[in-house]
Amino acid sequence: MQAIRSNLTEQVLRTSGVNVRKCMRCGKCSGSCPSYDEMDYHPHQFVYMVEKGDIDALMQSSYRCLSCMACVERCPRGVAPASLIEAIRLMVVRQQGQNHLKADQIPALLDKNLPQQAIVSAFRKYSK
Amino acid sequence: MIFSYYPGCTLKTKAKDLDIYARLSAQALGITLDELPEWQCCGAVYPMAKDEIATKLSSVRSLISAKEQGNDLITLCSACHNVMKQVNNDMQSDVVIAEKINNYLQPGVPYHGETRVIHYLEMLRDKVGFDVLAQKVKNPFTGRKIAAYYGCVLLRPASVMQMDDPENPVIMENFIRAIGGEPVIYPYRNECCGGYVTLENNELVGKNSVKVLASAEQNGAEMILTACPLCLYNLDKNNADHKVPVIYFTELLAEALGVKNEGEKENAGN
Repeated sequence: MQAIRSNLTEQVLRTSGVNVRKCMRCGKCSGSCPSYDEMDYHPHQFVYMVEKGDIDALMQSSYRCLSCMACVERCPRGVAPASLIEAIRLMVVRQQGQNHLKADQIPALLDKNLPQQAIVSAFRKYSK
Repeated sequence: MIFSYYPGCTLKTKAKDLDIYARLSAQALGITLDELPEWQCCGAVYPMAKDEIATKLSSVRSLISAKEQGNDLITLCSACHNVMKQVNNDMQSDVVIAEKINNYLQPGVPYHGETRVIHYLEMLRDKVGFDVLAQKVKNPFTGRKIAAYYGCVLLRPASVMQMDDPENPVIMENFIRAIGGEPVIYPYRNECCGGYVTLENNELVGKNSVKVLASAEQNGAEMILTACPLCLYNLDKNNADHKVPVIYFTELLAEALGVKNEGEKENAGN
């Protein structure tokens, strides 16, 4: 089991390209995050939870990130928490049958002004 | 001046205004926008993962197409712009991604990010010049208080986008000055409206969008300008208590240049 855990962490690190050890815990990412109040785990927590190998909990809770790049822009150490969140999301949606958004759901979500851009980007973020 | 032009999916459908007014304005400024043949949707969000290859292919095809035309590539939608510039940066700087994509696409000559991607606003600033634009304005927005809304990905990450200071940008404010208006500086102009999460969490997007609208309004904005169809949608949808019109910057440009009526005719024909 231990071997599988560390493999999961390595996958997240490899897919994201993030070096979590550069983080100096300043919290600027979470201070900048427009979804902070909505998240079970905040951007700075993502960083140290990945460092500890605590991936399972994060995999249950990665859909509130807006990918707005505020944390990426403002991190003084170039850690890119948003890339970690994306990698963790991918760990879930790349599993067979684990798409967060399915094509069948789309018709009910449409309104007359909804731009195609919203659908395309949601599929990119939520599905494989 | 001739540029290759990438409109993207939404500019052909729900955001026709953004596209039509951009074309008419370009024409009025003596610029030819040559739409890429058979372009594909860029995917609307940049695939951040290092092992995502297939999701970058459509953008690379457009970038190669512009290279073949021998022109700089103009983008307009904030999302397309972000994806194009970031994927282009991968092709320049990420050896593994560039190798895999070139191996798959087998272009005659391997592509390594030679195309220059320029946002329409950058074209106005760097190719036309805001001073020259100002001289061509027929209907100035004198005395009008106009707020620029940058949103999230037009400027970020700045290391790749290299368009303006992402924390204290001036490009849209200088555009507003060029068309005779008075820019409104407000704190939420570069904070996210909620983006694609609109599809599953209206509440979250509502909170973010209302913060932007309220912030602009409290600082005296009569209208808000954007380059992004999704920002416009999210702000409009949550505008019930604020009623600050949210408008594509190209529409104001066309009005300033005196060519807006032609766009209205074109739109009525659709």
